Amino acid sequence: MGHFVPHTDEELASMLADLGLSSLEDLFSTVPEALRLAQGLDLPDGLAEADVADVMAGLAQRNRTGSDLVCFAGAGAYDHDTPAATRALAGRSEFVTAYTPYQPEVAQGVLQALFEYQTLVARLAGLEVANASLYDGASAAVEAVNLAAAATGRQPIWVSGGIHPHWREVLATYAKGTGHQLVTAPLRDGQTDWSALEDTASANPPAALLVSSPNYLGCFEHLDAARVVADRHGALLLAGFDPVASGVAHTPGHFGADVAVGEGQPFGTPIAFGGPYLGLFACRREHVRRLPGRLVGRTLDTEGRTAYVTTLRAREQDIRREKASSNVCTNQTLIAVTCMIQLSWLGTQGLAELALRCARGTRYARQALLAIPGVTPLVEAPVLREFALHLPLDPCVVVERMAEEGFLAGVPLALRDGEVLDPTAEADGLLIAVTERRTRTEIDAFVAALEKVIR
Amino acid sequence: MTVVADEANRPTSGAPGGRAKSAPVMGRDTEPTVFELSSPGRHAFSFRTTGLPEWDSAELIPDEWRRDEPLDVAEVSERDLVAHVTRLSARQYSVDLGAYPLGSCTMKYNPKLCDEAAALPGLTRTHPATPPAYAQGWLELLWSLADSLCAVTGMHAATLQPPAGAAGELTGLLLMRAWHAAQGRERTKVIIPDSAHGTNPASVTLGGYQTVTVPSDRRGLVDLDALRERLDEDVAGIMLTNPNTLGLFETDITEIAKAVHEVDGLLYYDGANLNAILGVTRPGDMGFDIVHLNLHKTFAVPHGGGGPGAGPVAVSERLAEFLPGPMPVRHEDGTFSWEVPSRSIGRVHSWYGNALALARAWSYILANGGDGLRRVAEGAVLNANWLRDRLRGTYDLPFDVPNMHEFVASTSNLKKTSGLRALDVAKRLLEEGFHAPTVYFPLIVEEALMIEPTETESPQTVAALADALIAIAGGNGADASLAPRSTPVGRVDEARAARVLIPTWDAAPK
Repeated sequence: MGHFVPHTDEELASMLADLGLSSLEDLFSTVPEALRLAQGLDLPDGLAEADVADVMAGLAQRNRTGSDLVCFAGAGAYDHDTPAATRALAGRSEFVTAYTPYQPEVAQGVLQALFEYQTLVARLAGLEVANASLYDGASAAVEAVNLAAAATGRQPIWVSGGIHPHWREVLATYAKGTGHQLVTAPLRDGQTDWSALEDTASANPPAALLVSSPNYLGCFEHLDAARVVADRHGALLLAGFDPVASGVAHTPGHFGADVAVGEGQPFGTPIAFGGPYLGLFACRREHVRRLPGRLVGRTLDTEGRTAYVTTLRAREQDIRREKASSNVCTNQTLIAVTCMIQLSWLGTQGLAELALRCARGTRYARQALLAIPGVTPLVEAPVLREFALHLPLDPCVVVERMAEEGFLAGVPLALRDGEVLDPTAEADGLLIAVTERRTRTEIDAFVAALEKVIR
Repeated sequence: MTVVADEANRPTSGAPGGRAKSAPVMGRDTEPTVFELSSPGRHAFSFRTTGLPEWDSAELIPDEWRRDEPLDVAEVSERDLVAHVTRLSARQYSVDLGAYPLGSCTMKYNPKLCDEAAALPGLTRTHPATPPAYAQGWLELLWSLADSLCAVTGMHAATLQPPAGAAGELTGLLLMRAWHAAQGRERTKVIIPDSAHGTNPASVTLGGYQTVTVPSDRRGLVDLDALRERLDEDVAGIMLTNPNTLGLFETDITEIAKAVHEVDGLLYYDGANLNAILGVTRPGDMGFDIVHLNLHKTFAVPHGGGGPGAGPVAVSERLAEFLPGPMPVRHEDGTFSWEVPSRSIGRVHSWYGNALALARAWSYILANGGDGLRRVAEGAVLNANWLRDRLRGTYDLPFDVPNMHEFVASTSNLKKTSGLRALDVAKRLLEEGFHAPTVYFPLIVEEALMIEPTETESPQTVAALADALIAIAGGNGADASLAPRSTPVGRVDEARAARVLIPTWDAAPK
C-alpha cells in the first residue's frame, strides 16, 4: 500500500514533530470527530504493480477486438491505423504530465503544439479561427449552439435529423439548462429538408441551423442550400464535419459555415471504447470573442522572441465567472497535440490519400453488399466513408451473428420521421464504415459472412 | 525515376530553418513551426496494402463536394517531425521533470503502471458500439470504478460520462434541476462561496440558475449566518469545495447541510480537493447529495497539458434515477450490460466518457487500495502543513491554522516592503527549477499564492521548495520583474497577444 507516497516512517515522525503533532490522525484535527471514518474505506487493500497488471490484462482480454472482431463500425468512432511515431511522440511524458499552460515561460512546448493544432483545424474547417479543443464532437456542437444563441439573442435551433443521435441527445440534455429550443428538420432520402420548418420561422426565427456533412448516415449534405436558408432567417450556419473528408471534399467554410464542429478522433486517437476523443471547433474571426474554451495566440517575450500564450482570457470562466459563455476549463489538450502530430505525419498528400482510401473501401464494400439479394440502400444520397443499408433481417440480430463470424458488422440504426434515432428497440438499417485499414480480403470475407447470416 | 537538376532544388541550410539540430533546445532560439519545416512533396505517411481498386476522387465524389486541390497540411519527413516535436517537448515543464505545487490542481506523480494499463490493445481497440456481450471487460471496469468511487465518496450511484470537472459540475446542476422538477418545484438560485473556482458560477449559469455568493468569514470558512440569510424557497442548492480553496476544512459542514436541506435544497460537492480527505471522511457522511470527482487530480490521471481529464458524478440514492445513461449494471450471474436510469437527464458525452482516463484511474485505485488512498491524504496534508510552517515569518499567512492538502500564502507585505508581487514569486520560482503555485486565487486573498505540494513529493523536495520560496522572498520586486531568465522564453507579453491576435500560423505576418 501507499506505493507512491515516498516518506519513510522516520521522516513522517520528524515532520509531525516539527508541527508539534504526535500522529498522522492529528493532521485531521479540523475534521469533526463524528465525520471521520472509523474503519477506513470499504475497498480492498492495494495490489503490487504486477498484480494490477494482471487484473487489467484480464479485463482487456474480455473485450473482443482487432483481428478477433474486424471493425466495420463507425458512427463517429473510426478504426484507423496509427503510426509508431505518433504514439511515441504523443506519449512523451513532457506532454502527458504537464498541466494547463498557465505559466507560458515553461509551457512553450504545449502552447506551440496547440498553435499548430489550431492552424490545422482552421484549415480543415476552412475557417479563420479554431480553439485549443473541446471534449468531443457532441460538446463542440453544444458550444456552437450556445455561441449562436448568444450571437443572435434567439433560442430556437434548427437541428438536422441527420446529426449523430448521441450529439442530439447531449444537445437536449444541456438545453434543459440553457432553455434553447431544439427543432428537428427531417431527412428526406438521406439529406435534410429544411422546408418543413419554414412555417415557424417568422414567429420564431432560428438562431442557427445545425447540419452535418457527411451526416450520420454517411451522406453529403447540401450546405450551400442550408446557407441560403440560414441567410433568409438571419441565422448562423453551424456545420458538423468529418475532418478526414476535408482531404478530398470541400470544407464547411467553403460553403459559408459560420462555425464548424467535428470529432477529431480519426487523427491518431484509438477508438478506445469512446474516449478520450477530441472536439474540433472552428469559427469565423468575427465570433472569436464568443469562442468557447482556450485559445493560444502568438506573441513576443520581453526580449522580442516569438512566444505563445493562452489569450483572450477575459472570455473564460475563471475571469468572467457567472458571465462566461462557457464553463470549459480542462479540455483535451493531449488529444489535440496527438492530432497535430498525426496530421503532420500524414501531410498534404497523406491526408488526401487517407480520405481517398476510405472512400475506395467504402465504394467497394457497398457495391459488393448491394449485390446480395435482399440488401438495399437505406437512402440514396452520395456517401464518402460510411453508408446505411436495409437488410432483410433485424440489424441487431445481424450484428450478433456477424460477431460469431469475427466481424463487428456496423452500428444498427433507426429512422423515424426523417430522424436518425439511437435504436433502443427496433432498428431499420445497419450503418457500415470502412477505413483505410480494411483490406480487400477482409471486405470480401465480410461480404461472404453477411450473405451467410442473412440467408 | 528521372529528376532534372535545378538550382532551386539545391539543398541549403537556410530557410525554412533547422531540421534536426538541437540548438533551439539548449539555447533560447525559437523553434520553427511545422509549417516552416515543410518542403513541397516531402512526406512521412505510409499506408497498408489493401488490394482495392484505385478509383480516383472524380469517380468517388460528386462535383458539388469534391475539392480540386489537396488541403495544405504540412510536408515533413518522419525524422524531422520527430525532431520538431521532441524539441517542443524540451520546452515544456512537467510532473515527470519536477515538483508542480499548483494549488487546487493536485499535480501528483502519475504512476507509469497506469500508462501501461490504459495502453492495452484489449482496451484501446474496442469500438464503443461493440455489443455488451463482447465488451464485458470494459463494462466490468467501468462498473467497478463507479462502485469504488461511491465507496470513496459515500454515495449510492455514479455516472462516469462527464469528461472533465466542469462537465461534472454542469451534470450535477442538471441533476439538481431534474430532481426539483420531479418534486414539482421551480428553483432559481444556487449559492456558492466567494472562494469558489470560476467554473462553479459559469456552470450555474449554464444550468439555468442565478449565482448567489455567500461570503467567507474571518476563519476563511462559509459564513453560516450569511448563508442562513440567503436560504429561501428559491434556492436549488449550494456548491461547496471541502476542504475549500483556502485549504481549510469547512468544520460547520453538518450545520450547513442541515440548513440547506431544511429549505429542500441540495448540496453539491466540488471534488477538486478530494485528495485531502481520502479515507478520512466522505462527502456522503457530511450530507452532500451530489459529488463530482476530478480523476485527473485525485486519482492520478495525468493532466496531458490541460486534458483529457474525467469528472464522474456520484449521487445519493434519491438522485440515482436521474443520472445520465447508459450506465453499466452488474447482473446476478456476474455479467454486465447497459441500462438507462428511469428518469435520466440524458447523455452528457458522445459515448461513455473519457474511457482510457477511467481505466487509468481504476488501475490507480487497484494499486493503492483503501489503505493506500488513506496514506495519500495523510502525505498530502502533512506536506502542505509542513511547508506552511516553514514559510511562516517570510510570507503572510492570512489563515495560519492547520490546513488540509493546500494553503494560501500572500506577498501583500512583501509588496509593500520590497515590491515583490505574487506574480514575481511565481516567475522567480520557474528560474529555480520548480513550477509556480497557483497565483491570484482565491480571489478573496490579495497577492495570493495557493500552494499544494501533493503527497508524492519527498520531504527533501518540499524542503527545497521551501528554501527556494524563502530565498525569493529575500529578493526585491525590481529584480524579480525580470524573471524568468533561464526558461526557453522570458516573460511573455500576454497583453500583446490579446491586442494583436494571431491565433494561427496563417494569420501570422510573414
